[in-house]
Amino acid sequence: MSLLELDQLEKSYGTVSALSGLSLSVPSGCLYGLLGPNGAGKTTALRILATLLAPDQGRVVVAGVDALQEPRTVRQLMGYVAQEVAIDKILTGRELLALQGDLYHLPRQDRNNRIDQLVDRMSMGDWIDRRCGTYSGGMRRRLDLACGLLHQPQLLVLDEPTVGLDIESRAVIWEVLRDLRDQGTTILLSSHYLEEVEALADRMAIIDAGRVIAEGTPEVLKQQLGGDRVTLRVREFSDQPEAERVCQLLEVVDGVRRIVINRAQGYSLNLVVDGEHVLATMKQQLASEALEVFSLSQSRPSLDDVYLQATGRTLMDAELAVAGQRDPKQERRQSMR
Amino acid sequence: MTSPALGTSSSNSDKSSAIAELLQETFALTRRLFLQLQRRPSTLVAGVLQPLIWLVLFGALFSRAPEGLLPGGMSYGRFLGAGVIVFTAFSAALNAGLPVMFDREFGFLNRLLVAPLRSRSSIVLASVIYITTLSLVQSLAIMVTASLLGYGWPGAAGLLLVMVTLLLLVFAVTALSLGLAFALPGHIELIAVIFVANLPLLFASTALAPLSFMPPWLGWLASLNPLTFAIEPIRAAYAGPLDLSSVLLEAPYGSVTGTNCLLVLTLLTAALFLLIRPLLNRKLA
Repeated sequence: MSLLELDQLEKSYGTVSALSGLSLSVPSGCLYGLLGPNGAGKTTALRILATLLAPDQGRVVVAGVDALQEPRTVRQLMGYVAQEVAIDKILTGRELLALQGDLYHLPRQDRNNRIDQLVDRMSMGDWIDRRCGTYSGGMRRRLDLACGLLHQPQLLVLDEPTVGLDIESRAVIWEVLRDLRDQGTTILLSSHYLEEVEALADRMAIIDAGRVIAEGTPEVLKQQLGGDRVTLRVREFSDQPEAERVCQLLEVVDGVRRIVINRAQGYSLNLVVDGEHVLATMKQQLASEALEVFSLSQSRPSLDDVYLQATGRTLMDAELAVAGQRDPKQERRQSMR
Repeated sequence: MTSPALGTSSSNSDKSSAIAELLQETFALTRRLFLQLQRRPSTLVAGVLQPLIWLVLFGALFSRAPEGLLPGGMSYGRFLGAGVIVFTAFSAALNAGLPVMFDREFGFLNRLLVAPLRSRSSIVLASVIYITTLSLVQSLAIMVTASLLGYGWPGAAGLLLVMVTLLLLVFAVTALSLGLAFALPGHIELIAVIFVANLPLLFASTALAPLSFMPPWLGWLASLNPLTFAIEPIRAAYAGPLDLSSVLLEAPYGSVTGTNCLLVLTLLTAALFLLIRPLLNRKLA
């Protein structure tokens, strides 16, 4: 059952459309990754979800509560960790957490206990009583995550939680997120790092130009794309007739989806197969015609292949394409009240 | 699906807990502003120092003004005292919008808006509490210094009148400044407005010179200037026994009593809060 539903969200800034019919359904207890290049609309979607921004059209429902009708209830249910970490430099980390606790109306004793717990869990004890102005990026992000977790929300929303972070802070954050998911918290995070979504997400959606263009578990998405990639040679340098013969032999094997003869690489065969189990059948089939396997390499499609398939360009290309068009001043203004 | 968080929020909806929540969030937000002040006291110090310099230098500049020049034959220092007290409170309140503007610009406001605040008025309320306390403390510091310089001290009733008058002015100016903090695009613009508004409003009031000194056009400006309506009752409180029905100002449009002054300030405050309300509602919606 889904804890969060985004339904046909539309949002434009002036003439620029940020979201065009974005729909998403996040199951309860799931760690859900939102993958897309910068400028795809991830932040806009999350800001709408956080009730900071009203969509032009569409619905947001969290745990059965309509976020546009009852924003206060939804705010109570949700922890939101923004991309730009806004921290009061003059306060200590502990004071900021206390302020946060009061804004969520935690009773004083609970608040202080909870702060101690989080300080411990995120290894912030050494510096939590120093002023925030002295913190590194990683410390700030950990503190910000702690702020989002203070009131034990059912749904945790994170906008690019580890962008630009050192490896240690990233590891701490990943570990905390996995633990939370294991304890039943539903987590929605956006990222433009493939490996982050790959490492963390139970389910994911790929966003491009303000729409979801692919959705599912990372495994299924990759499988849908075309199973495993296999490169096969029966001799070091084969020839056309032999390659065609092997091709005909293997075409009938259950689980082989596609075979291409790669002339450029000495008539090797490039296959797409359903999974590892198909390889054994293939070998049997070859053995029945007294053919041996000279070499066989196998690789899984990556999320980048998924992205490429869905959008027709790699994530890197998409990032580069928008990099020059972004206007930080404009974006700051959009995020300002 | 039943959720613990949902359960608490619906059972919390009774009135007393709503008030408790409102107090908790307002107190926390106010505490933040005072912690900032405590750790960065330069605002407080500068806010006292600047009017003090005015008081000492301007007082000295005109200390040899011919006797009988000022109404009631009072010394210039005593005359100036009321003006500087009002100027202190006014300048402090004019800066009320700055912390809010910085919170807007740095995104801290978004952190507050994501939280399930009982009412977002608590953000405005915290600013009002903070700036009112700050400006009253600064004004009191100036009053004490002025009395040490021999410029007098109002009696108990007089002190009450001074405080009430300052409070009204501070509320009005705070409302204006908070409105600007949400209407203007950034702190540069806000500081520019504060900078431009500050001194001309002081000069075009009866803070530094009585109305009788001014050319008619300036006299008109001064007798429409809200600062004048705060300065005159305070000057009266310093001058002697309190009588709000006595005429404090012979304005070009007619005589203005102490009661009139307070009434004008009250109306101004109410009008400004009504004026900025739609803006705040929109920005904090």
